Amino acid sequence: MDKYIKTPLTKEQLTNLNAGDYVYITGIIYSARDAAHKRLYEALMKGEELPFSLKDNIIYYMGPSPARIGQVIGSAGPTTASRMDKYTPRLLDLGLSGMIGKGTRSRELIESMVKNRAIYFAATGGAGALLSKCIKKSKVIAYEDLGTEAIHELYVENFPVIVAIDAQGNNLYEMNAQIS
Amino acid sequence: MRSINVDEIITCIKNMCIEANFKLASDVDVGIREAYDKESSSLGKRVLGQLLDNLDIAENEYIPICQDTGMVIVFVTIGQEVYIEGGSLEEAINEGIRRGYKEGYLRKSIVYDPLIRNNTKDNTPGIIHYQIVTGDQLQIIVAPKGFGSENMSRVYMLKPSDEVEGIKKVVLETVKLAGPNACPPIVVGVGIGGSFEKCALLAKKALTRNIGVGSDIPHIRKLEEDLLLAINDLGIGPGGLGGNTTALGVNIETYPTHIAGLPVAINIGCHVNRHVKRVI
Repeated sequence: MDKYIKTPLTKEQLTNLNAGDYVYITGIIYSARDAAHKRLYEALMKGEELPFSLKDNIIYYMGPSPARIGQVIGSAGPTTASRMDKYTPRLLDLGLSGMIGKGTRSRELIESMVKNRAIYFAATGGAGALLSKCIKKSKVIAYEDLGTEAIHELYVENFPVIVAIDAQGNNLYEMNAQIS
Repeated sequence: MRSINVDEIITCIKNMCIEANFKLASDVDVGIREAYDKESSSLGKRVLGQLLDNLDIAENEYIPICQDTGMVIVFVTIGQEVYIEGGSLEEAINEGIRRGYKEGYLRKSIVYDPLIRNNTKDNTPGIIHYQIVTGDQLQIIVAPKGFGSENMSRVYMLKPSDEVEGIKKVVLETVKLAGPNACPPIVVGVGIGGSFEKCALLAKKALTRNIGVGSDIPHIRKLEEDLLLAINDLGIGPGGLGGNTTALGVNIETYPTHIAGLPVAINIGCHVNRHVKRVI
């Protein structure tokens, strides 16, 4: 079923989103992948403040290719989410409500998602040119030295994703595995 | 002897890096189009439709097909009558990569030290495999490899008694494990025989052969066909969201091996299976 949502993604909005729904996201989201997650995690361990608020926000696991002059961003598709599983439960505990990536998640991560009521969206891997067209604004807000892995604040319009794991823990990937 | 100047090689590699990342190799492009027509899952068809739109946008608006523009794998086949003049061949290849990734606005994804993880900021070095043959030509294959699929690849040291059924089992196991992570529909490169490192290299080389061409060896060709059917029966589908298009092709390369062994490597390629070939 096609649905349209606006960020920030409140816990209330989440109740209407189910595994398998095709969702268009509009609003601010934040990019962060491997190196940025490590830094966020280490900052939390040291009790430092994070460069952006996690509460009701969405993290997009993505490191873009460079933008040409006149472009908002380069190619900008999702990277494999499970590499972030080690760091993510801590972020979910602090109110992160959504993640966009591709591929499976660990059992522990899904348990943390259900406990915290958070959602995991899959964007189409390898469709970075198409997805970049939905990104209307982009700016680096932290860890600029990480280059492509810096945290970007992105304004997206009708960014297409599919609910892979909903806040109840229903997992579209496993549902398919059972059918096959 | 025939002389080839390194400047020609630098330009060639640069152009190949750029071409590979903006225009998908035609065999894979055709494979996705055919899969779109045949896909039974509505969500799967929607994902394949996105991939086709993505290819159009990439080519027409000059945006890389995928943001993971890869680690550059280069297969160089040098005729033994070729003389490389003007500098080092290896440096020329890396200079070509450096220029291609800068001028093409491609992502720099290489870290110098695998543990310290400092980015080299120019996407070098590439991984270069040399083969020396007779003749006076220089053949270059550039295959930028994304790591979503690379991470899901495996090597198995099977026993001779495992036979062909054992090979099928480990290939299917690897594809299942890769699931949605490897960006299906995938291309599966398989290396059978040789040694621990040789089978991995064969699997990588297999990914650079056009899909649909098939092995020259009849029983290997049959194995490719059987595996493709079995993989597409797994139901993983486009994006791993279900469907009958899990792989676009299975390419197998073989090599003689030891009486005690049956090495098998499975190198998974995503649907952006980039490979460009030039002969100088």
